[in-house]
Amino acid sequence: MSFIKSKFQHPRLPVNDLGLTYRDYEGALSTLCAGCGHDSLTSAIIQACHELSIQPHKIAKISGIGCSSKAPNYFLNKAHGFNSVHGRMPSVATGANLANQDLLYLAMSGDGDSASIGFGQFAHVVRRQLNMVYMVANNGVYGLTKGQLAATADKGVKNKAGDLSLFNDIDLCVMALQLGASFVARSFSGDKQQLVPLIKAAMSHKGFAFIDIISPCVTFNNHAGSTRSYDYVHDHITTGAVADFVPVKTEITSSCHSGDSEDICLHDGSIMRIQKLNEEYDSTNASQAIIDIERNKKAGKILTGLFYLEPTASDFHEVNNTNSTPLNKLSQDALCPGNRVLSGINDSFR
Amino acid sequence: MSKNTVNSDFSTREKSQGKAQEKPLINEFVVRFANTNGTGSASANNMFAKAILRMGIPVSAKNIFPSNIQGMPTWYEVRISEKNYLGRRGGKSEMIVAMNAQSIDDDINSVKSGGYLLYDSSRALLDSQIRTGINYLGIPISNICLKEYSDPRQRQLFKNVIYVGALAALLSMDFTLLKGLVRDQFKGKEKLVTPNIYALELGYQYANEHFICPLAIKVESRDLVNNRILVDGNTGTGLGAVFGGATVVGWYPITPSTSVIEKFASYCNRLRIDPASGKKNYAIVQVEDELAAIGVAIGAGWNGARAFTATSGPGVSLMTEFLGLAYFTEIPFVLVNVQRSGPSTGMPTRTQQSDILACAYASHGDTKQVLLFPDSPSECFELGSQAFDIADQLQTPVIIMSDLDLGMNDHLTKEFTWQDDKAYQKGKVLSAEQLDEVEVFGRYLDVDDDGICYRTLPGTHPDKGAYFNRGTSRNHFAGYTEKSADYVDNMDRLTKKFINAINFLPEPEIKQQKVTAQLGLIFFGTTSHPIAEAVEQLKEQGLMVDSLRIKAFPFHQNIEPFIEEHSVNNRQVFVIEQNRDAQMKSLLVNELQIDPNKLASILNFDGLPVTSHFIVQAVLAQLSANQENKKTG
Repeated sequence: MSFIKSKFQHPRLPVNDLGLTYRDYEGALSTLCAGCGHDSLTSAIIQACHELSIQPHKIAKISGIGCSSKAPNYFLNKAHGFNSVHGRMPSVATGANLANQDLLYLAMSGDGDSASIGFGQFAHVVRRQLNMVYMVANNGVYGLTKGQLAATADKGVKNKAGDLSLFNDIDLCVMALQLGASFVARSFSGDKQQLVPLIKAAMSHKGFAFIDIISPCVTFNNHAGSTRSYDYVHDHITTGAVADFVPVKTEITSSCHSGDSEDICLHDGSIMRIQKLNEEYDSTNASQAIIDIERNKKAGKILTGLFYLEPTASDFHEVNNTNSTPLNKLSQDALCPGNRVLSGINDSFR
Repeated sequence: MSKNTVNSDFSTREKSQGKAQEKPLINEFVVRFANTNGTGSASANNMFAKAILRMGIPVSAKNIFPSNIQGMPTWYEVRISEKNYLGRRGGKSEMIVAMNAQSIDDDINSVKSGGYLLYDSSRALLDSQIRTGINYLGIPISNICLKEYSDPRQRQLFKNVIYVGALAALLSMDFTLLKGLVRDQFKGKEKLVTPNIYALELGYQYANEHFICPLAIKVESRDLVNNRILVDGNTGTGLGAVFGGATVVGWYPITPSTSVIEKFASYCNRLRIDPASGKKNYAIVQVEDELAAIGVAIGAGWNGARAFTATSGPGVSLMTEFLGLAYFTEIPFVLVNVQRSGPSTGMPTRTQQSDILACAYASHGDTKQVLLFPDSPSECFELGSQAFDIADQLQTPVIIMSDLDLGMNDHLTKEFTWQDDKAYQKGKVLSAEQLDEVEVFGRYLDVDDDGICYRTLPGTHPDKGAYFNRGTSRNHFAGYTEKSADYVDNMDRLTKKFINAINFLPEPEIKQQKVTAQLGLIFFGTTSHPIAEAVEQLKEQGLMVDSLRIKAFPFHQNIEPFIEEHSVNNRQVFVIEQNRDAQMKSLLVNELQIDPNKLASILNFDGLPVTSHFIVQAVLAQLSANQENKKTG
């Protein structure tokens, strides 16, 4: 069931540039388990959209099937949403984006949805350079079917029922980096300070932006021995750099490369300000990012943060050379060649 | 040139006897070309068919090809018929052009008694290959090419052109016209014109010098083509999508549907470039599989662009989950299914109409899909463009049920027509202004009581009209619900919409005799091609026939009365289809609650287009069985 939230609003809620409050970006009341990481993620998305002053109806929310894919119902009520079939969100997002490139495509998926049933679609949407934000709420288990292990679960861990994860795990960030995504990051749903700037930057980025978000399942994967529990993630999380997002309109007070921070200018003029914590960190080197992720994993750490950013990336429409008028807004005149042309075509078959 | 005395002996025999056919056959015969695939025969054979067309004589061409790129037997069957019988006739051919040593034994046996075998006499035929009662026309084609050309590729390619030249002499074709055709065909590649015409002349001269030309089968110019064109169905469908306003395509290659997309792409490249910016007014994406192909179409349909994909049986199997989603969430798009022989990979380069049930009820749960059954390239164009209006108006997928024969073979068909004053019917989509006026918006509120609700497109209005599109059960306002009453209400409305769909679909084509007909034939798609001939042959047997061609599913209300009318008083209704399991009959019985005993089936499922011969024999056999039953019963 979808529950409608109370319309009550505190009169002094802060408003953004559009005059909208945080509540204007909310969705239906969540029916996920109390304490679910996905709810924190939902709230991070709401905060990011509100702070960026994005018109809610200019966003299209797209998802597949699973707990994660239900989440879009819980944010941005004023945006259209499409809860599609299991593992096939990327193709639906592709069609939607091809039809109208003016909307912001915000996609939610899970580890089952993207690393198993939809692994092929995930790989190909990355290849296609679709201009979208692709978020995976990664908890290592199938929540809706009560706790089976997912392909992202670390090899050797046990689920709540005691089943051992026998096979190699899939790291979606490594995959995205190899397949040429132009924005790749990992975060933790419990770390809003890191997550919100990453979501904002992903939304400002032109091209394919991927964020893998460790989002613990309180019900089926929060036990001792899990590597996706709140406690484990808290204790093992690390980052190569702290990234902050500076929106377009904010006056830039410090110059580029001041001290140990580096500013990367995004497509829309906003800035991603990066403060290195690790000497080897390089946001322009995808291969280095893969090495760092894997080295940390071997050391028992979960590396998070912005892994890779190609600020001048192109997208599908640029490659396709699509008209800048969205295809769904073209008139019949622009689409139909008409009878005179047809009679010439007929002559070619005589 | 040829040292082969046996062959020249046959040539002489032909020349001296010269009375092969008992009476001359003019403009009413079949020429079958037996080639090896990958040798360039297709374009030469096509040139032959087109030359007949330009002589004003009705012609049809069937390419019977292997699932292979090079080296396997392939046939091209040209039927010339001034009576306008353009379906496959069946039986043996009057003329075989046997250019493939692998298949020549079978080819010799498929020459009609009194008919002709044109073959390459550079190598002697075996004694076992000499059949009495047919005429051997040996031309040392390989030897001619060996002498005339040094490039191996040319030696191969011009073999084909040489036999076309020889046929021109043998069948009394208009040679000037044929040469003109070569010039048209190689427009822009003038270098190729002279050598091709030279090769034509080599064949033409050889035949004139060695055989009595023309033969007893021959062509004479007529004016019977009128404004018809010779084109394949996939071209019609692809072009129809351009005219119908399709802008988004997701696709995955599969025979025999691939050329639908290729044609769409090539016409778009010519006709859909924005004149101001030089940019594309379309987007085609070749995706990773058929699941993604249909996903792209659905995503675009949800977002208000006209979108389609094309596939064949195996692709349809993969697409069924998404077809259920689109049915249930009411998203318009068009799926072109160019059917081939199943099940599984089946005979991938042979035709069939065997996806009827798989498409009509595609997906789990209670689903029903709208189907269109074009029977000609012209109708592929017409329905191919109309399908987008139908899908938008009904807010549901529309599946165009073509087949390999229709899609890939050239057919003589009415020229494509379009009315410039006809506006696209986009259905019930609310604009921002309309949303402002609406008091309450519910995506699944049946405001007009026709089962079709109003939809909104993403990004339309800042505050109103947004909804969460979902494959789960929902209430009138698209909110998730597990309330049985809400679920049933929605399913009932979808049924109402499906019944209402009939009003948006083409009516069946019914042909009634002036007198009471004993037989009623029901068919659809390419099965209609041999019907006119079959009806005429049955008439010769004293049987009057009415016919009904189904053009769409859900079934029109005229179909049931036709069946009832033709199944009383010793009359018999036949459902003719190209599958093993009588799928259309099952669908008629199931949907119209018809007594199955009222419908006899004629089923052709050998992968080749059904012939008039097959239909007539099946009808007669069934009728005599009915008689027997009556006597013994």
